[in-house]
Amino acid sequence: MAPILKLLAQRIALSLLLLLMISVVIFVGTMILPGDVAQSILGQSATPEALANLRAELGLNDPPVSRYFQWLFGALQGDLGNALTSGQDITSAISTRLANTLFLAFWAAVIAVPLAIFLGLLAVRYKDRWPDKLISGVTLASISIPEFLIGYVLMYLIAVKLRWFPSVAMINDGMNLWQKLNSIALPVAVLTLVVLAHMMRMTRAAILNVMQSAYIETAELKGLSTFKVIWRHAFPNSIAPIVNVVMLNLAYLVVGVVVIEVVFVYPGMGQYLVDHVSKRDVPVVQACGLIFAAVYIGLNMVADIVSILSNPRLRHPK
Amino acid sequence: MNDHLKHLAREAALGRMGRREFLGRAAALGLTALGANSLLATAAKAAGAQKGGTLRVGLQGGSTTDSLDPALATNQVAQSVIRLWGEPLVELAVDGGIEGKVAESYEASADAKTWTFKIRSGITFSNGQPVTAADVVETMDRHTGEDTKSGALGIMRSIVSVKADGDSVVVELDTPNADLPYLMTDYHLIIQPNGGKDDPAAGIGTGPYILKSVDMGVRFVAEKNPNYWGDLGNADTIEYVVINDNTARVAALQAGQVDMIDRVPPRTAKLVDRAPNITVKSTAGPGHYVFIMHCDTDPFANNDVRLALKYGINRQEMVDKILNGYGTIGNDTPINASYPLFTELEQREYDPDKAKFHMQKSGYDGSILLRTSDNSFPGAPDASALFQQTCATAGIDLEIKREPNDGYWSEVWNAQPFCTSYWGGRPTQDQMFTTAYLSTADWNDTRFKNEQFDQLLIAARGELDTAKRTQMYADMSTMLHNDGGLICPMFNDFVDAMSDRVDGWVDDTKGYPLMNGYAPMKMWVKA
Repeated sequence: MAPILKLLAQRIALSLLLLLMISVVIFVGTMILPGDVAQSILGQSATPEALANLRAELGLNDPPVSRYFQWLFGALQGDLGNALTSGQDITSAISTRLANTLFLAFWAAVIAVPLAIFLGLLAVRYKDRWPDKLISGVTLASISIPEFLIGYVLMYLIAVKLRWFPSVAMINDGMNLWQKLNSIALPVAVLTLVVLAHMMRMTRAAILNVMQSAYIETAELKGLSTFKVIWRHAFPNSIAPIVNVVMLNLAYLVVGVVVIEVVFVYPGMGQYLVDHVSKRDVPVVQACGLIFAAVYIGLNMVADIVSILSNPRLRHPK
Repeated sequence: MNDHLKHLAREAALGRMGRREFLGRAAALGLTALGANSLLATAAKAAGAQKGGTLRVGLQGGSTTDSLDPALATNQVAQSVIRLWGEPLVELAVDGGIEGKVAESYEASADAKTWTFKIRSGITFSNGQPVTAADVVETMDRHTGEDTKSGALGIMRSIVSVKADGDSVVVELDTPNADLPYLMTDYHLIIQPNGGKDDPAAGIGTGPYILKSVDMGVRFVAEKNPNYWGDLGNADTIEYVVINDNTARVAALQAGQVDMIDRVPPRTAKLVDRAPNITVKSTAGPGHYVFIMHCDTDPFANNDVRLALKYGINRQEMVDKILNGYGTIGNDTPINASYPLFTELEQREYDPDKAKFHMQKSGYDGSILLRTSDNSFPGAPDASALFQQTCATAGIDLEIKREPNDGYWSEVWNAQPFCTSYWGGRPTQDQMFTTAYLSTADWNDTRFKNEQFDQLLIAARGELDTAKRTQMYADMSTMLHNDGGLICPMFNDFVDAMSDRVDGWVDDTKGYPLMNGYAPMKMWVKA
């Protein structure tokens, strides 16, 4: 088992290094944004005195390098600092937002991932017949339409006309799980439609690729049913590419859903980040950037590890 | 006849007679539409504001970065939330006059330099502490102090001292100002315990509601303050939901998730009004969309160039196409009929020949660069394109540069010589002129520097004869109209919408959208 552990340790170390590099990029990126924090906070109606007072108070006159290291050491200890605009503690403000984002992403994934894989298997089973074409057609159409438009269409039909689910996906602590699920039904539906096609097509392609192999022919000649062949013999060998694309989509569900959050007024990370970008609230932007990068790198690392573990050639290198 | 009218009004208020029918019959009895409308509103009030229930409002403009500190309030949502829990000394009344809030009355010295506000007796903050004159003094001090970040700092500069005198507060000014009470209606100047110096964002004030749940940029819940001194506030609970996306806000109203929304996009307002159970309300206000030129920068330093551009804009087309009719045409002054001492000037029309004449007279023949962005006002890039076309007819080459929304207010507005922008307006001429057209004003975004204008402005503040004062403001408007750097094509209406679940709307309330921000409290949920 030694070589595999070494491989995993390498992967994790590389990910951490990557994260550190990204923290530099985030910091530099936020430094070179145009505009002025104080002006953005006080808006059009700011007087020069008020601006000067605020700039001094925010410590915008310190050198950038020392600000980077202060920030990095703080972040390592779980202290992301205070928001410039409201003075709130970022760690606690982000944790509720992040929890909301993960809640939405989790339920979208719970529905979308099994559905995509099942539809992929179904498409392979009925390859080039009408179920395959129907599944591909519908999922490709739903990925091609911009997500906000799907959102508006569902909002109009389901919330305004039928009144089955609310159009405003407001959740708060006073709600029980069932009320929360009712509230996020529409955004979950839209996200499912958006991520379905990618995962489903990849499942279909990966399995079809394996289906050409000689051992599949053997399995068929043994007299196994098509579904059993796919499930027992083809699927395990195509796990790696499928996990890769599933992880990419999970990452998207966490970091890329700001449009859905705006359309459905969902209090997640995306809206929180955008508000602070427009106010030049640099510490919050940096914290969000770091968390998003960590999510992306983390999920990709999981995908890597799963493909290593699922592949005997990588698991037992010579 | 009077009894008959009252009877008709009551019938209309109870819904037994349509509003239109009532207006028709009232007109037959010799009443003007304006009088009839206000009679109707009074009757509706009498016919029964219903107490209780939860009123839900969808608002645009909130952000997660907002603060409850009134000094830092910059947007519509922050301002609406402040109205729930806090009050200034005095407030703008429905008709544009002044009504007392924390101060129950006020009086001026003969020279309008010393003002005395009498604090309402026996009122308390929502934390149970009684309101004293010292709290008011501290509040004013917090907004004027050297290190303040308050948005009210600009209007507080003329105040020399604020002192407590028993249960009154005495305000001394450096120059006379007959409009001081209007300055005190500013939404930043909320009276807080010890002036909010201990905890500015605590949300503790004398307002009709008490905040129960605050999630910045997302949702606010407030419950009726049982100890409130007045009778404002009908619903037991008011809930504000921030819905910045226009389509989502309208959908939330249609789906019955909120009872009223602000800022219905003019483009779709007529469609929204056609939806069942929904009414769109349009209110004329002092807000205006503008093209601003720096009077001290070439080529705009030449008044003929400014005049050429003023004649080169088609104001009616802008109102029709950019505001979809929800607004009125402007006349190159920031003042319209919603100001108390308004005098109508001769309307400047679109005239390509005059535009061409002034351009030739100026001797300038290059192109003119206009900067614009989406957030400078809704439809600004489209308005710029219309302006470009009408200028082309007059032989003026207008070049449009689209700037990013991001940083527009710090990099372009009040920095570049010609750009699009908007003004929300102010309650009085004095405040509007002082904010943006006095030579020394921080936001003199047209760099308009005219000694005679400045002198008139200062003199008008101390002039207590209304007729003379009206004439002075008319003269100032004429100066801006002829020499200013402001091209004002249109005044935008506030367009709000509400469902049938609520009642009690009052037309033509002065101030901000949603009945100056008081609609959620003054209206009620129908039982």
